[in-house]
Amino acid sequence: MSELLAHRSKSNMHNSSFDLTLDQITKIEGAAGLDVSVRGGKVVDLRLKLSEYKRFYTQGVRGKSVPAVPQLLARICGTCSNAHILCSIEACEKALGIVPSAQTMIMRRLAINGLMIRDHGLHLYVFALPDLLGKDSILELDENNPKEKQFLEDTFCVKKAGNMLSVAFGGRSVHAPYLTIGGFLKFPSADDLTGCKNFLIKARPAAQRLVKLFSDSQFKFYDQTNFVGLIGENRYDFLEGKIKTSKDGVIEEANFRQHLEHQVIPYSQASGYKFKRETYMVGALARVNLAKEKLNENTIKNVGYVLSRFPSTNVFDNNLAQAIEILHCIDDSLLLLGSNQFNPEKPASTQKKDGVGVGVIEAPRGTLYHMLEIKDNKVARAEIIVPTGQNQISIEKNLVRLVEENIDLDKEQLSHEIEKFVRAYDPCISCATHFLKINFH
Amino acid sequence: MPDTPKKLRVGWFSFTCCEDSTIIFTELLNDYFFRWKNLLDIRYAKALRTKNILDQLDVAFVEGAISSQNQAEKLKKIRGLSTKLVAIGSCAVSGFPSAQRNLFDQATLSEIKPILERFSYTPKVLKVDEVVKVDVYVAGCPMDEKKFLEVLDTLLVEFNVIVG
Repeated sequence: MSELLAHRSKSNMHNSSFDLTLDQITKIEGAAGLDVSVRGGKVVDLRLKLSEYKRFYTQGVRGKSVPAVPQLLARICGTCSNAHILCSIEACEKALGIVPSAQTMIMRRLAINGLMIRDHGLHLYVFALPDLLGKDSILELDENNPKEKQFLEDTFCVKKAGNMLSVAFGGRSVHAPYLTIGGFLKFPSADDLTGCKNFLIKARPAAQRLVKLFSDSQFKFYDQTNFVGLIGENRYDFLEGKIKTSKDGVIEEANFRQHLEHQVIPYSQASGYKFKRETYMVGALARVNLAKEKLNENTIKNVGYVLSRFPSTNVFDNNLAQAIEILHCIDDSLLLLGSNQFNPEKPASTQKKDGVGVGVIEAPRGTLYHMLEIKDNKVARAEIIVPTGQNQISIEKNLVRLVEENIDLDKEQLSHEIEKFVRAYDPCISCATHFLKINFH
Repeated sequence: MPDTPKKLRVGWFSFTCCEDSTIIFTELLNDYFFRWKNLLDIRYAKALRTKNILDQLDVAFVEGAISSQNQAEKLKKIRGLSTKLVAIGSCAVSGFPSAQRNLFDQATLSEIKPILERFSYTPKVLKVDEVVKVDVYVAGCPMDEKKFLEVLDTLLVEFNVIVG
């Protein structure tokens, strides 16, 4: 634990009183900290502080020409930049009435599969795996130990397979330059496609081992919350579908925003959201809970043994759900690469210069929403709601219970439990602090 | 060449940015992990470990722009501990796009003013060399990975970790 400050006045668990500050939660994307005050065995104050400094993208995008918008909004986040690109492309296309071709939609599906494999791979292998192995860091794994060597090889093989897919169908795994409004600027070569197929086939057994590893995990924290996600009609889909919830049924994409209630959190640089006034959870766990029967049939064949666990209310099963999604994205990509050719075509375009469009997609960490109002081919107004903003209030609420249930642990163990739990949500603080809402009192 | 194998003592630090270069660095590990494990002593990298040590470094890699006095102080501390400092990626090298608020008009600035005041932001977002001396620049959004690899190899030679 770095830079940890803790004071306890009593060690008896039921009468414990102490203040604990975690200046920096590590192995997550971006900067976050936590302040907890415990008096008489109860948490009297707990503040999850998203401490990244804002970069004001919702203001910065105003006045920008439409073609430049997706690449600017990509810079909200390094790790899920390609999700921001795809979501703002959808918002621009909806606003201006542009209909992408069937080939474009297949190529975008491959691009987001690449993102899911790479991004979940980073989270599971680099951030979460050390917790399972009782290590501080992947850097501590010993390549002379056959089991640890296998973990290291799997890590880099799976991440590389996702990276290659992102490069073939986006030009880069971060801020992909080939994705554009209406279609693609460049198309994969035959060599790119062969390389992707070979690496995906190589990564598949590693992904199966990853599912097994996280299905054996004994970490548990149950939250009877509402699970929310964009769910495809006929298949497991990250780009098209309707918003489904485990408690309320189905909502159209364009109406999603009306159900969300913005919450100001004065000590955090990010805003939180509630769904119909209640906390909720988005992300891989929500998606697998809501649509496990729609996963690729080869995935179901190989990891069907864990699917009976879902719907699961164990927050740590978000890790398992991500591992299942890696396998699904490998299988879905192999299916698409085996049955399609990718021929150069011009991006679809329009003469329309005004409109309001909403993009809703599933980013790796959950439902991502971009609303763009366009006037004379320039952005007049933007609103962006990111997954971590939606999970933030749940994380904080659940941390109160987690601290109270583990109050007898020493400070280092308690801090580790807190970090491990926050990591299970795979929060992305860069995303959560991109924008501004002014409602301070 | 030194008698005992030496590793390059490095730290990776992120300030105001989207951390895209951190992601590129973690992707480079796919191909370079086993090589770098023998050559780099990664003492500080929040994305890779919990037990980070901020002490004497051969090289500090700094990503992101500077938005607050706290960040400026931390950067100065890092500079004081590092023999060489490398600015990584567009926000560290040029300030942008994280510095976009420097170009906002008065109306937009007054809109964001409550946040700037509440969390003690500096009036302008600064690039890294406006706060400390920078020895090497790796530009790009995200960083140009070929340039990063070249710079790293040069530093490994310079600090006698490998033979040039």
